[in-house]
Amino acid sequence: MTLNLLPTGRSATITKIHSKNAERRRMFDLGILPGTRIENVMPSPLGDPIAYRVRSSVVALRTEQAELIEIEETLELK
Amino acid sequence: MSVALANDCGGCATGCNTAQLTRLGIKSDGFDYIIALAGNPNTGKSTIFNKLTGLHQHVGNWAGKTVARAEGAFNLNNKKFKIVDLPGTYSLLSTSVDEEIARDFVLFGKPDVTIVVADATRLERNLNLVLQILEITDRVVVAVNLMDEAKRNDLTVDERALSRDLGVPVIPMTARRGEGVNELLNAVEKVAGGGYAARPHRIKYSDEKIENAVQTLAKQLNETFENLPNARWVALRLLEGDESIIRAVREQTLGNLKQSRGFPQLVQLEV
Repeated sequence: MTLNLLPTGRSATITKIHSKNAERRRMFDLGILPGTRIENVMPSPLGDPIAYRVRSSVVALRTEQAELIEIEETLELK
Repeated sequence: MSVALANDCGGCATGCNTAQLTRLGIKSDGFDYIIALAGNPNTGKSTIFNKLTGLHQHVGNWAGKTVARAEGAFNLNNKKFKIVDLPGTYSLLSTSVDEEIARDFVLFGKPDVTIVVADATRLERNLNLVLQILEITDRVVVAVNLMDEAKRNDLTVDERALSRDLGVPVIPMTARRGEGVNELLNAVEKVAGGGYAARPHRIKYSDEKIENAVQTLAKQLNETFENLPNARWVALRLLEGDESIIRAVREQTLGNLKQSRGFPQLVQLEV
């Protein structure tokens, strides 16, 4: 499944990033890479972009960017 | 105007070295050392800059505030330091103009010391830039700022372990309250004067083919561009396909360096 389908409040682990070139580089620089945990924090008023928490920071991604990020929903052990 | 920084120390019981600091504002001509202030956006670079220079560079809580570099100066123990406040950047592998300003200065401005300001509450993401800068230079001091916010979020930072792992000084700070400024100055002075033996953490490329390609390219770059610092770093970016670096090499605008010899039209790499 891709990141844009992750419901609000849920977390997942990134498995693959299909973004290309500068955008791919940008994702890596923001700490978004395979193996990273990412949480859907909340949508913006219009539903796009969505705020995600990654490595203690919150970043906003547009749907077209989130669609390129494959994730695997994992059970969080607490 | 001379300001005794010890007054900012609060009841510091350890009796830390009272640095003789004179803030010089914008009088930055004729300096002994040049200091670059780098870091992710919104980590407090401009706050630290103002503390050191006595200037009032606009401080704001949003990304992209410092779009060009700001310069100032201070005197410390009879040495004059010019300090350059760079735009915030997540990476040296830049994609925007203000990030390119930061990158080019760290790469080609040949600063004597680069202070990398990191956000204590987002340390993991901030360390990406620290490691990238350590690939270029070992004359680095890491300032872990916003320690008050980290404390509020029940985060502790083991600065000694971090310093050991990175191989450069790590100074915890709460710059807006002046905490850690003296310690930062001591570290900067030490690194600038060559009194600190850095053992920078460098990413190793285990693939022999990559290593060979990097060395081949770096050699070509060194032969083509005079006085190119960091040919290895440039070679890595070329291999990575970094458009702005490829353009700079092709148009011979790399760090505004003049081309000394004809650049080879085709570089054959065995990859």
